[in-house]
Amino acid sequence: MSAAAQLEFRTRLRAALALPSVDERLAKLSALASDDLSYLETIQVGKALSGIKAADVEAYAPVRLAVLSSSTIDHLLPAIRVAGLRRKLFVDTYRGQFAQYRQALMGADSALSAFAPSVLLLSLTARDVLGDVPITASKAVADAAVTRAVGDLRELWRAGRERFRATVVQQSLLDVAPPLFGSSERLVPGAPGRLIARVNDELAGAAAEDGVLLLDVARASAADGLAAWFDERHWLQAKIEIAPEAARRYAELLSRLLGAHLGRSRKCLVLDLDNTLWSGVVGDDGIDGIVLGEGSALGEAHLALQKYAKQLKERGVILAVCSKNEWSIVEQAFDNHPEMHLRRDDIAAFAVNWQDKAQNLKQLASQLNIGLDSLVFVDDNPAERARVRESLPMVAVPELPVDPALYVRAIASGGYFEATVLTDEDRSRAAQYAANTQRDALRDAAASVDDFLRGLQMSVDHGTITPVDFSRATQLINKTNQFNTTTRRITGEELAEWATSPNGMALQFRLIDRYGDNGLVSVMLFRADPSNDAAFELANWVMSCRVFGRQLEHEALNIAVETARERGVRTFHAGYVPTEKNKVIANLFADLGFRPLGGEGGSGRWALDLDAYKPHATYIARRRDGRG
Amino acid sequence: MDENGLLALFTRVLRDLLADDSIVLGMETTRGDVPGWDSFNYVNFIVAVEAELGIKFRIADVESFQTVGEIVVEARAQLG
Repeated sequence: MSAAAQLEFRTRLRAALALPSVDERLAKLSALASDDLSYLETIQVGKALSGIKAADVEAYAPVRLAVLSSSTIDHLLPAIRVAGLRRKLFVDTYRGQFAQYRQALMGADSALSAFAPSVLLLSLTARDVLGDVPITASKAVADAAVTRAVGDLRELWRAGRERFRATVVQQSLLDVAPPLFGSSERLVPGAPGRLIARVNDELAGAAAEDGVLLLDVARASAADGLAAWFDERHWLQAKIEIAPEAARRYAELLSRLLGAHLGRSRKCLVLDLDNTLWSGVVGDDGIDGIVLGEGSALGEAHLALQKYAKQLKERGVILAVCSKNEWSIVEQAFDNHPEMHLRRDDIAAFAVNWQDKAQNLKQLASQLNIGLDSLVFVDDNPAERARVRESLPMVAVPELPVDPALYVRAIASGGYFEATVLTDEDRSRAAQYAANTQRDALRDAAASVDDFLRGLQMSVDHGTITPVDFSRATQLINKTNQFNTTTRRITGEELAEWATSPNGMALQFRLIDRYGDNGLVSVMLFRADPSNDAAFELANWVMSCRVFGRQLEHEALNIAVETARERGVRTFHAGYVPTEKNKVIANLFADLGFRPLGGEGGSGRWALDLDAYKPHATYIARRRDGRG
Repeated sequence: MDENGLLALFTRVLRDLLADDSIVLGMETTRGDVPGWDSFNYVNFIVAVEAELGIKFRIADVESFQTVGEIVVEARAQLG
């Protein structure tokens, strides 16, 4: 690193530290965190963060991370805190006593209990998990060792979840064993490399079953080379398994995982066309003149990007196009070019015109009803990238290499669309966004809003949240920022408790219309008022922006009132906690007929008298009387 | 890089590491002379210096360095 860059870092850090406002200081530190910081600089930013309390930070999701390990991990903590900033996470860390993770999980570490972790990361060495298995072990002995190792970990996960109600993250085993058999390693049951690979395989399945997040360092080190991850000298000197040089990479992987878990992953890939999806300028070269597809290496490179985009779409990522072009020509390219892998209906929204791209991105975000911070913008033109970065810093803009052969790698390595689980909703999300475009067409054609809503032929499927809904409901609660009355985030474990508690009521709603099933789109969480049996507190209410303006909030409230009345409830209380993003529902409770109880600064307390409640008239039919 | 250059660099690294601008390292300085320079920050110091200079110390040396001067001498030898 150049002396000038070092000096600039120091100047910026000092300037940040001098800021009295916590928000401003954190914004400056976050800007530093997105640079490629050295190990020493990372420690300095980490230290600067320790002067800030999570409680004073609003725009960042708080994470209380306890790392329980059987190797030294102190050197990873600053990098973890810094990487969190890149995903808008404010991470407080706790380091368990060296190799005391079992005792800690069994409750022997009172400092850990006092820390009250929301995330428990188990960072264990292969030696610790597997113990000593003789190289000459028979297949039966090796099998037993693998089964025992995975079973042991599952016990630890259970203890972690039950005792701390925390999300558990399991690090896969780093294979630092030197090869003993070379290529035949995989054929020998007791060979260390073989055992570790098997444990890692089984860990992945077990973690998925148990709702544990897998931090796959084994996969990353296989991609980067073990030397980038493990340094024998540090192991010998300080029992450091994850090398200091890998701290940044490790922390980035972890923050992607936590970010995905907390709904901070990106949702939409916005693609440029000329020299991005194909080679050439379609407006000049014509659709026969662009280079795309089999037969040319360059054409295949662009095809590879299209295929990758399509796979992302199948995984639930929304695709959009933002291009300076003539629509009539672009339309032809999509419809008639034989090598186009992406078709028009793969793209949820097009912005094809000659306007400024930053302006177009804003329009796309509003059309798709997602935040600008959900977009990843891919454009071969460095000037367009710079323009968007400057005017819309919340949009992710990967730096594309000059050679289209490397586009896919550049996008994939950003980790923008990290996901912890693939839900059925993810699989159908892209189709839902496409159906929304049809709904918009109906709205434009309908003479009035009433005509539009009637024409949608809507019905609602509702009921108590049951275990099959947990993962989608948790995802919805944690990802929804706009229609979210209290922006209270929740873990799967907490939701399970809520749904089964006799003092709670957790309702879920699916909206179906003539264009398809919108899926689980709203959740209401009620809790009984401890001082008044006949009152329920609406602790949180979220609704997907996909169904805004469809009267679902009215019908959902009708249903909630009916369900609560059956349980003898006579009053709902509710609060609105304003954030940057939920202004759209600032008047929700007033509009729904709640009575204000007072409150300051836009936040307020509201009450609804169920005895006097008159159901809102809506165009939504009931599908059935609810499940469970 | 000469002795003084290395001492200045080491001083700067340790100041950054411990957030203490009063630190001044000399050839005879030992870890015990600098508050906060514990074994963990010794590892951090070595990692940072290795990265700055593009060298790698041998474990026997890392284990046996008594004074800052000994680190300077070894770094100079490696830098050639």
